[in-house]
Amino acid sequence: MSDRETFRAEARAWLEENCPAEMRIPAKGDEDVCWGGRNFVFQSEAQKVWLERCVAKGYTVPDWPKAYGGAGLSPQETKILRQEMAKLGCRSPLNSFGIWMLGPALLKFGTEEQKVHYMGQIARGEIRWCQGYSEPGSGSDLVSMQTFGEDKGDHWVVNGQKIWTSYADKADWIFCLVRTDKTNKYQGISFLLFDMETAGVSTKPIKLISGNSPFCETFFDNVVVPKHQIVGEINRGWDVAKYLLGHEREMISGMGGDGGVTSIGAAMKATLAEESVLRAQMALFDVDNLTFRAHGERFMDEWKTGKAHPAYSNLMKYVGTELNKKRNELVMSIGGSQALEWESERANGGSKARNWLRTKANSIEGGTSEVMLNVVSKRILEMPGG
Amino acid sequence: MAMTLTDDQNMLRDTARDFMASEAPVTHFRKFRDMGCKDGFSHGLWKQFAELGFTGILIPEADGGMGMGQIEAGIVLEEIGRNLSPSPFLTTSVAAVEALKLADKAMRDRWFPGILAGETVIGIAIEEGVKHRPEKIACVATRSGNGFKLTGQKQFVVQGASSDMLIVAARTAGAVGETAGLTLFAVDKDAAGLSMEAARLVDSAVAAHVKLDGVQVDADAVIGEVDGGWAVLSKILDAGRVGAAAEMVGVGTGAMDMTFEYLKTRKQFDRVIGEFQALQHRAAHLYGEMEGARSIVLKAQSLMDEGHAKAELYVAAAKAKAGLACNLSVREGVQMHGGIGMTDEYDIGLYMKRDRSLNEFFGDAYYHADRVATMNGY
Repeated sequence: MSDRETFRAEARAWLEENCPAEMRIPAKGDEDVCWGGRNFVFQSEAQKVWLERCVAKGYTVPDWPKAYGGAGLSPQETKILRQEMAKLGCRSPLNSFGIWMLGPALLKFGTEEQKVHYMGQIARGEIRWCQGYSEPGSGSDLVSMQTFGEDKGDHWVVNGQKIWTSYADKADWIFCLVRTDKTNKYQGISFLLFDMETAGVSTKPIKLISGNSPFCETFFDNVVVPKHQIVGEINRGWDVAKYLLGHEREMISGMGGDGGVTSIGAAMKATLAEESVLRAQMALFDVDNLTFRAHGERFMDEWKTGKAHPAYSNLMKYVGTELNKKRNELVMSIGGSQALEWESERANGGSKARNWLRTKANSIEGGTSEVMLNVVSKRILEMPGG
Repeated sequence: MAMTLTDDQNMLRDTARDFMASEAPVTHFRKFRDMGCKDGFSHGLWKQFAELGFTGILIPEADGGMGMGQIEAGIVLEEIGRNLSPSPFLTTSVAAVEALKLADKAMRDRWFPGILAGETVIGIAIEEGVKHRPEKIACVATRSGNGFKLTGQKQFVVQGASSDMLIVAARTAGAVGETAGLTLFAVDKDAAGLSMEAARLVDSAVAAHVKLDGVQVDADAVIGEVDGGWAVLSKILDAGRVGAAAEMVGVGTGAMDMTFEYLKTRKQFDRVIGEFQALQHRAAHLYGEMEGARSIVLKAQSLMDEGHAKAELYVAAAKAKAGLACNLSVREGVQMHGGIGMTDEYDIGLYMKRDRSLNEFFGDAYYHADRVATMNGY
């Protein structure tokens, strides 16, 4: 047996033995997902056990080094582990902005001390992070942000406001872009980390068209942040932010399609049999969905071997989010009047309608589709102009 | 399998790229088009293909070929597409070879050497209507003497009139619409009762309308099993479809690169038009579509090479996606070139014509999207 097949057999055996049966059925909704953190309440013993076992094995962050809480797996091994998890239907043990975003930034820009401390906390699911980037006047033009940290020797005093902070009301800590030099647009921003319980931090959920509130406004009123809580150099936070946005785009791009190549058409067979134009739209969607899966696989294989263009995740984000919006439009059309129900049990609390509305943000958050197309055009296609 | 090319595959790509660009660029295509060549391709070029081993790329090593897979055949096809290089590669070295691989030794020995030498051309006679419906074959083969007698008609037999042999799908049992009861035959070009009318297509390729008027063939002309021809036909179709998709990745990418180059040089309103966001966004979207097409074609090829159960689904999706993306590329290409895009002198229009033919070849995007739906259970 090759090393690869040996690893596959081992991973499979470990999952069979350690993943509780309840964690092998799909999560019903957001409340079923384990986000970890100080205030997280486990929904079941199985959810808790699954997290603890994965933490002990390093499988919440399998490709991170062992010293920082991971399992030190190679990209190939990580891919195999994910394939085996998918085959058994294992839920992700831990969802976390720390894993997806802050961790990779720390790995590249953090000090050894920060890596051990913060990445370890993230791997163990102890601290739930949120991201402070956008401001009311700084959306697509993020670099115009104004939240200011005044230098007070051994600390900064931060004042300002962030918006679209995902789950800020549930987060323990924030990684935040703060202006530390008003005279330099790009090289006047620092990447700071601080506790959401620090005096002067407050949050206010924003109710969306979906009726849910996954985002907040976050306010800073004379918030004291010690100088050692910076990632990278002072005034060079934009480098960290740009790197991290790449990861965010990679993550959001994964939302396209349906997490696999299973068609949503099969379950709707009876409806589609009588709706030939809708069936045709569904068929074309399935072509795009299979395409996106193959595209994502190729991108990851190229990315991990350093062959992908550094701006390529922008393209994946654009394609993936537009596809996901299309998918949800089709789900609504196939669902008909039942998909319109907003509260009833038979419509699962309006989950189809709410998901459909939620996906409209996919092509806005983390860089709009229009900004993605600008980046692809300028950086990959090298089109002229400023 | 990782979705990246291996070092050997990259070397093959470099060889194919250099060869097509120097020996069979668009100027080569124009030359043969303008002389009204009856074959629509150069026999000299076909021989050069053979010298590089391309003609036998899918022929097993035991039969003297390179024994490679669909990924490698696709690498050559992409370069053919990029340069509009006219050749019998897709029909003969891909579709026909896949069928002959299932034939007995005597038949392989009869045809493989000529293909390896770049001397033999084989036509694929499947289509009977104007749209691709392989299960609707009505051409009949009845038992007669030591073999069969074939009666019926075939259309869109690319390079049929230039072929040494036609692979003909005919019905030996079952009803029209059924996949069972088909049989594939190797019919010699000189067989009595076989007649062809060559027709030049929009892309200057030449395809034949074929009449089979009681064509007598021996029992040893059967490829595969009598009544079990669908197994052989499926091989032809999958290889032909994924091959046409790979060629369309080449055509679409060639048209796209040419268009992007034009956007970077053409000036209007005192500016290079590539500075305009209206064009930049369309360019970036097109790039995404072509990248998606490239990815799913590679995925389909690798699943075929693995003999994976999902290969058929991915081949259908790949033919559909490559068709849609390539079509977008040539339409955007002509539009973004503006007036000169409409001229015969400029190459972009040639890509538009080639795309149209390749989209139709072995089933268009709508046909294959429909199959994806069926295979997905609705």
